[in-house]
Amino acid sequence: MTAPGGARDQILARIRAATGPEGSANGRVGPAEKVDEVYATLPRDYLSAHHDPASCDIADLFAERAADYRAVVERVSPAGLAAALARILAERRGRAARPLPFVIPDGLPAEWLAAVPAAVQLTSDTPPLSAAELDMMAGVVTGCAVAIAETGTIILEHGPGSLGQGRRALTLVPDFHLAVVLAAQVAADLPDGLARLNPARPHTLISGPSATSDIELIRVEGVHGPRELHVLLVTAETGAAP
Amino acid sequence: MTAQEASGTYHPGMPTYLGMPAFPAAAAAAVADSQLRANLAHATRTIRAKRAAAVAELADWEELRAAGKTIKDHTLANLDHYLLRLEENVIAAGGHVHWAQDATDANAIVAGLVRAAGTDRVVKVKSMATQEIGLNEALAAEGIAVLETDLAELIVQLGHDLPSHILVPAIHKNRAEIREIFLREMPDAPEGLTDDPRALAAAARAHLRQAFLSAKVGISGANFAIAETGSLVVVESEGNGRMCVTLPETLISVVGIEKVLPSWRDLEVFLALLPRSSTAERMNPYTSIWTGVMPGDGPEEFHLVLVDNGRTAALADRTGRQALRCIRCSACLNVCPVYERTGGHAYGSPYPGPIGAIISPQLRGVGSPADASLPFASTLCGACYQVCPVAINIPEALVHLRAKVVDAKREKIISPERTMFHVSGRVLASPRLLAAAQRGASLSGRLVARSGRIRRLPRPLSAWTDTRDAPAPPRESFRAWWARTRGTR
Amino acid sequence: MRIGLFVTCLTDTLFPDTGRAVVTVLERLGHQVDFPAAQACCGQMHFNTGYRREAVPMVRGTVAAFAGYDAVVSPSASCTSMIREYYPALAGEAGDAALARAVAELVPRTWELSEYLTGVLGVTDVGAYFPHRVTYHPSCHSLRMLEVGDAPLRLLRAVRGLDLADLPDAESCCGFGGTFAVKNPDVSAAICTDKVAAIIQTGAEVVCAADNSCLMHIGGALTRQRSGVATMHLAEILARTEEA
Repeated sequence: MTAPGGARDQILARIRAATGPEGSANGRVGPAEKVDEVYATLPRDYLSAHHDPASCDIADLFAERAADYRAVVERVSPAGLAAALARILAERRGRAARPLPFVIPDGLPAEWLAAVPAAVQLTSDTPPLSAAELDMMAGVVTGCAVAIAETGTIILEHGPGSLGQGRRALTLVPDFHLAVVLAAQVAADLPDGLARLNPARPHTLISGPSATSDIELIRVEGVHGPRELHVLLVTAETGAAP
Repeated sequence: MTAQEASGTYHPGMPTYLGMPAFPAAAAAAVADSQLRANLAHATRTIRAKRAAAVAELADWEELRAAGKTIKDHTLANLDHYLLRLEENVIAAGGHVHWAQDATDANAIVAGLVRAAGTDRVVKVKSMATQEIGLNEALAAEGIAVLETDLAELIVQLGHDLPSHILVPAIHKNRAEIREIFLREMPDAPEGLTDDPRALAAAARAHLRQAFLSAKVGISGANFAIAETGSLVVVESEGNGRMCVTLPETLISVVGIEKVLPSWRDLEVFLALLPRSSTAERMNPYTSIWTGVMPGDGPEEFHLVLVDNGRTAALADRTGRQALRCIRCSACLNVCPVYERTGGHAYGSPYPGPIGAIISPQLRGVGSPADASLPFASTLCGACYQVCPVAINIPEALVHLRAKVVDAKREKIISPERTMFHVSGRVLASPRLLAAAQRGASLSGRLVARSGRIRRLPRPLSAWTDTRDAPAPPRESFRAWWARTRGTR
Repeated sequence: MRIGLFVTCLTDTLFPDTGRAVVTVLERLGHQVDFPAAQACCGQMHFNTGYRREAVPMVRGTVAAFAGYDAVVSPSASCTSMIREYYPALAGEAGDAALARAVAELVPRTWELSEYLTGVLGVTDVGAYFPHRVTYHPSCHSLRMLEVGDAPLRLLRAVRGLDLADLPDAESCCGFGGTFAVKNPDVSAAICTDKVAAIIQTGAEVVCAADNSCLMHIGGALTRQRSGVATMHLAEILARTEEA
């Protein structure tokens, strides 16, 4: 922190001069508690969800919207998850010129990996892989914290202790990301979804594979993040949450 | 305490944009550039349509806009409260907070932090604030190499150019020009590189990958800074942002003081407004949110540099302040008939287009030829106001700033324009003088008119007749006709 | 209903036919129209160019000229916008409470012609006849500030014999922008080029609008290019009948 009279104090003084006096028609309030009170009463007339979960299959909506971004979305039943996951990893390994391991973050449910054939190598991130090592991985498998149906977004919550989502670098460096989303994790829209997160942890919101529109505004997939995103959406047979 | 703090000097400005020409001259050159015109027309028309479709999906778009405006206005009116809360929470989460009064201040702080990290090269995410303060040039002067990692910023950097659009800074370049730049400036550009956008993006990926994986220091801006939690938010598409804020040991984020939002909950509004307004998507590919440092995940050291650089001047202007609501979506650029024909360079600022015309003269003051001309770089058509996700009334702010420019000049010089407006003001306020002027115009006008048209007028009205005919004043004005046929009232 | 015609300095000086047309149309509909000669200019040009102080006498003059009229009707969306959108702020800046009150009282009874005909009088067929191909350019003030919507188009569709052609990119600005047209003439002309191209594409004989400012600019380019396309104010078309 800078000494009194330094940049911080000068900036704050200029702000107070610019916004004062308190109680003015321009909304400057004054004491901290009063500011919070006023903030709490700011009108919010927007919708809490654009599709009502009561009348709309939001898992369906999520699948549709995620696929809109060129993510590959597959729906599986809880019983079929392990087989689907194994099939996808085996396929990718089969297509690769050189067989490379997939990174598995701590806390990913072991039963999800139960059907993965021995030929597909899985590596843990404990101890943490270096950036160069991550660059040599075939891909990463994670769960998620929340998915947003309206925007087709998967949200990962990171940091030690986060289950099955790993640190941020895991879903950034490898070229392939397989994300498992459980139906119960799907929120209809941003208000509900964001409220489920712990702000103290880092988050990554993922809506499709990486892309750019910088060249003549033509959207090109696959720049720096994983160029392929595959989503396994787990819903019960009847469509209800498992 | 920096030397600047000790001496109490505060010079808001944009060091790399000094001496830019006034808009009319710069624009005249730009409208003649057929490649630029074609690129701009194609790009802005495309994204206009997409944005309209993305916004039309949300039945409550106007309510979201209203909430965005209200939250921002409340925050700005109580900005010190929220900045202090932000600082407290960033520090509690293990980050460091620095306050920079102006560009010089900010650049010195960043350079010091980079040197302290023991490196002479950094990777950087696109950040308007760092463009504004001329960070790359300032670091280069200190022997620190900056690698821009946004594809468009990379193109601009390799092309020794300036960005021309807030969101797609290389919009003035087409694929062939980009290919040429890569072949010329990228030592590792692949043989036989084509101008297919996919190939160009792949070349950029390869070029940057090693830098990402080995960088010790990353520099970013932030789209939002949440006071309640101390969290920063970076909204992007390519993944280079994630690379820069996650992999290096040290992260430095340079953020304008107006970027703060009160609470985590406010993201539900702004993450709904921003992607649809900017890239016309329901959501952009990647958004990173982090708070301070998290052991075992990401940088070990995090520094937030809060920048004023003229924002407090904008804050003090009750009408101009609304410009600080801006969330840098660029929707206004894409609907502006002026921007579509001139591109961004003509505005002489990292912030071009409608928002640039109101924010640049507030951050920098109206003294320079460029800044004095920017509020006039608009037809006041209002298309920008219609699409702004935080409802900035840009035409109102433009007209307000025009008065500021005129008032700033009042004391200094008696210009021909001021004389003309003073005299015409007297005439137009008086029905008697107006009628007399009409009789005079009628007479002289009909001497030079042909078929009711005047083809050439003397300066300054030659600016009209250079490209348009002017109407010849009629034999009789309306009021003269009324008086003659209906009797005077 | 005492109607005061606010003809505007531009139309008064350069396009008196438009003023006459407004009177014709309103009288044809059975209304009496006054032209209070104390009016001059609304002050928009000065205000928009940053000479706000110089605009205040024009605000006073306009307010005084129209005191006592039930409705103030104008053939200019831009001048009507000036009164409704900016007179209150200007009166406030002048620090004149009496002026502010007078402005507040003037604003709700000030109308642009197409709004007045369709919204206040509830009329779309004004008994007009104009057997020509016409395209309509919505001025930015009428579209975005006054939000007259499709009032002008409804009026045009009711004109007997009129062949209304849709204007491509109609909502794009024409590039006039007041003093912008001379302060930034290159950009102004560049924008106008596209508007003119769209107009010519329609094959229309006449382009019409609710603002003579746009028409002066567009028309100046149309005649410079010898395009053969004419400009007419909306009021002038509505004033035409089989007899005239």
